[in-house]
Order: sequence, then C-alpha cells, then structure tokens
Amino acid sequence: MKKILLFIIVFLFSSKSFALITVDITRGNLNPLPVAVSPISSDKNTNNALEKELDIKNLGLEISKVIENNLKTTGLFNPLNKDAFLQKPDIAHVKPRFEDWSLIKAQALITGKVELNDKKLRVEFRLWDVLAGKEMLALAFTTVPKNWRRVGHIITDKVYERLTGEKGYFDTRIIYVAEEGPKTKRIKKLAIMDQDGFNTKYLTLGNELVLTPRFNPTNQMVTYLSYFKNLPRVYLLDIETGIQEVVGDFPGMTFAPRFSPDGKKIIMSFAKDGNSDIYTMDLENRIVEKITNHPAIDTSPSYSPNGKYVTFNSDRSGYQQIYVMKSDGSKVRRISFGKGLYGTPVWSPRGDLIAFTKLHKGKFYIGVMRTDGKGERLLTENYYQEAPSWSPNGRVLIFYRETKSDDKGEGFTAKLWSIDLTGYNERLVNTETDASDPSWSSLLSN
Amino acid sequence: MILSKFYKNIFLVTLLSLVLTACATQKKAVGPDMQGDVYTGTDTVKYLADGVADRVFFATNESILTTRSRETLRKQAAWLRKNSDVNVVLEGHADERGTREYNLALGERRANAAKDYLMTYGISSNRISVISYGKERPVDSGSNPLSWSKNRRSVTVKAN
Repeated sequence: MKKILLFIIVFLFSSKSFALITVDITRGNLNPLPVAVSPISSDKNTNNALEKELDIKNLGLEISKVIENNLKTTGLFNPLNKDAFLQKPDIAHVKPRFEDWSLIKAQALITGKVELNDKKLRVEFRLWDVLAGKEMLALAFTTVPKNWRRVGHIITDKVYERLTGEKGYFDTRIIYVAEEGPKTKRIKKLAIMDQDGFNTKYLTLGNELVLTPRFNPTNQMVTYLSYFKNLPRVYLLDIETGIQEVVGDFPGMTFAPRFSPDGKKIIMSFAKDGNSDIYTMDLENRIVEKITNHPAIDTSPSYSPNGKYVTFNSDRSGYQQIYVMKSDGSKVRRISFGKGLYGTPVWSPRGDLIAFTKLHKGKFYIGVMRTDGKGERLLTENYYQEAPSWSPNGRVLIFYRETKSDDKGEGFTAKLWSIDLTGYNERLVNTETDASDPSWSSLLSN
Repeated sequence: MILSKFYKNIFLVTLLSLVLTACATQKKAVGPDMQGDVYTGTDTVKYLADGVADRVFFATNESILTTRSRETLRKQAAWLRKNSDVNVVLEGHADERGTREYNLALGERRANAAKDYLMTYGISSNRISVISYGKERPVDSGSNPLSWSKNRRSVTVKAN
C-alpha cells in the first residue's frame, strides 16, 4: 500500500461560488441527485495494454462502475442508466453536449480519460454541472494499474466533497471478523476489505478466536482481541507487515481495545478477580495507566476526537449504562437515562455525538445521543444488532446484525449493515462470509 | 358515584385478567427446566465424577450463585479436595442477548463468583484459573429463553 503514488496533477478549477448543484446530507434524501457517470474513455492501445496487465477488457468502464456504485450506496445520488447516454465518452470528456445530458435528466455529469504511461495508470476526470453548463472540478491521478479500484474511490471522494461540502468516505477499508460454521463451534478470522466489499483479505487463519478489531485512525495498525494459546489478550497488528505483539503484560484478560485519536495509546479493559477496569497503554514508552477504579464492570472505552474525554460502558448503577469521563479518569458522569440497557458507546469523529447499542424489551437498537446524553435518536431496531463504527466523516454507521435461530438452532446469520446518521439508507454490506465487529478506517488518501 | 364504582370494578377485573394472562404466558415461556430464568435441567451438564456436575447456571445479567449452584460447587470442592492433583479452569459464559464486550466482562465475573466459592471451601486459588468466553461458545444454538439459560454458565473443566 505504501507504494501507491497519487499525484494530483491537474487542478483546473473548483470555485465553490459557481456551484449550482449542492446536495444536503443532513436530512434523509428522498430525491437523490440524478448523475450521469460516463464511462472513463480510453484508446485502443491503452485498452490492449491494460488488458494484458490486468485481464480487464475495458478498465475505464470498470472504474466508472466503481464510482457509480459508490454514489448509489450513499442514497444521495441516482446514477443514470448508461444505455440512455447519447454522447461518446471521449467526446463528452472534452466538451459535453449539455442539451443531450439534460435530456436524460442528468444534473451532474462525470467524464474521464485513462492512459497508460510508462507502466503507470493515469486517470483524469471532470465533474460537470449540466444545468449551468459548467465544469465544477477536474483532477488527474497517477498510480500503479492494480490500484485502479482505488482511483474510482478517490474520484468518488472528490465528487462527494465537491457536491456535499464534506469529506467523502470511499477510499477507506473495513476491518471485521469473518465468521463460519455452526454457532457452537464458530470459526472467526480477521478480515479486511475495501469499503465497497471488494479486495477481501484474511489476516488470521481461524486457529484461535479473534474479536473486535479496530483501526488506528492515523496509520494501518490494528488492535484486536485474540485467544491465542487460550489467553484472551489485546494485540497490536501491523497489516502492512503482518507483525503482531501482545499489548502490555497483564495477568489476566484484556479486551475492548481502541486507539486514542492520535494513535499513540491503546485504551482497553483489563479483567481480574471478577472486576473489569479501564486502562491505557502508551505505545511509545509502554507506560500503563489505570483510568477507572470501580468494583463494577467498566468496558468499551472510546475517546473523544480531541482526546480529552472518554465515553465507556459500566454497570455501576446496577445495569449497563453509558458514561463520560475526562481521559485521566476524573469527573465520571452517567449520560444514558432512557429506558433499557445501553452499551458500545463510540464517539463520532465530528465530536458532537455518541453512537451506541440499546437493548429494550427484547429488541436491539443502534442510536445516537449528544455527548451530554440529550437528544437520543434511535436509527434502527432489530432482533439483534450492535457495535456501531463511524465512517471517517461521521455521516454513516456500520454495525453487525444477527438473525434469530429457528427451533432446531439453525438459520443463524451475522452480517454487516450500514445506515446514515439520518436514519435513512439502511444497507446490507456485502461480505464473502458471515461477518461481525466492523471497524471503519480513516481515509487512505486525502 | 355508583357508576364510578361500577367502572372501577370493571377496571380491576380487566387489570386482574391482564395480570393473569401475563403470568400464563410467562410460565409457558419459562418451561419446566427453569426457575426464574435460571436453568435447572441436566440437558447439557457433564460430570467431573459420579454426582459431581461440572457447571452452574445464572440469571440474565447476574453473577449471583443460586442455592442450587452453591450446592453443586460444594460437591466440586469436596471432589477437588479428594483429588488434590487436579487443577481446574473455570470457563465463564454469557448468552447471546448482550453486547460482546460487556459479555466478556460478565463471563469473567461469573467464573470468578464460582472460583471465590470454591476457595471458601478450601480450594487453593493456584489450582483454579479463570477464562471468559463471553457469548462466543454457546452450548445450545437456539434463540429462546431456555437455550439462553443453558448458555449463561460457569463450567469447571479439568486442566490436567
């Protein structure tokens, strides 16, 4: 991954004052913006060379499909059927005939061109405002050919940012636990994939139970729980090198790890003699600090994005509730007071909300509340679901959902789902196997 | 006045019948092998020795030992005193109706409740180790109160 070189070569024009099209992402969008994604154009020579290299016949078309699929899953855009396109991709990229595109009701148009120079893939694209008849954005990227899907994701990020005014979340990955086999003998492996479900890689073999992987927000490190040698401990894994190590030297189970926002500390629970408290370990000097000290269960800690506060789960009131404290452990305050049990608090990357799982009257909910506990909003209700993780722009949550087993104890599945903060646009996230415990990475490029 | 009394009575009757139906449904769901929601059957139970059951069961979200659990653990302690070369692992478990991380802590708490009890009956702590599996290793894969009650358990396993 480090080999990826992405040069932004052209940056012709992106003045926001000219933008006529804008997409409001703060509400559920019932009228997604019609957008035409013209196939990224390429000449015959390029096509032949790329087919040789990647075994893909029309790479430009494939890249445009990546973009289309990304735009569609946001629920904010409605990519139009390519069969209706009147203009050829190469000509459209140079000079779109806006009448043709407005005839098929497109409001935005994406065009592009792909070339192979010196074994490097060069992709340029333009975003056009069809109604205003203006170019909104033009950029080019150079990378190695096998990263072509990432080019599609980066283009989507740029388009999303230009049209919504907020950073995208497409050039990202999801780390999760891949699950197989019957419930009583479930085999679990760490797996990583692109945000759109492609390029799945398995990081462990399934010999030991693994749970709750989480990305470092600043690099490609991951922390997770492994039952290696039947000792449940928090591990640190470098997904570039595959090197891993135990975090700290605790005489008992460590679990529920997460990184601090600067990526320099791991915060986690340590269980001993029937009591779980929250600890941190500094990854540079290895200093361990005890943050909570209470005979109740304290777990699922998550830092605020400025690192000053920690939200966590505790049953010190008698049942599972959500608390906030300063990151040194002082000023502990309960924030969940609604009916039911609350767990898995996660601080939004925007800082203003905490996502959680709620159990009430036999149903599980994913919801959000403000950091003072006010303004609780339940986004989705189901038989079983938990463990929300935020998209890096704080607009989407990914979580996992399990189905009820039948009378014979069969029919159980676990799948990843995503939902917008608005409560709209709930979607199944495709995975090769059953899946749980998703964690969303930061943007790989900016 | 009389009318309002009449309505009051109707209200009470309705309320009573509601309570009764609620009881009836609850009883049905609980089944014969449960007391409260603690499993009392022998379906999944294995034995360390003749008459020495290997596991104790818990109520939802609880780690308190029931009278029956304490009886089981006293038998385990007696057996362990007789077999002083045997070490054990106490495996704590939770049902599937709770968040994963909290359940890991809960399983650890349950296994330690069993450990503490064995220790008060003379078993040295260095013969007992504890591991929590949270909700990761159910014995019963069903999604119903009876299955869940079998899964909320601490199991004493010979370590050598």
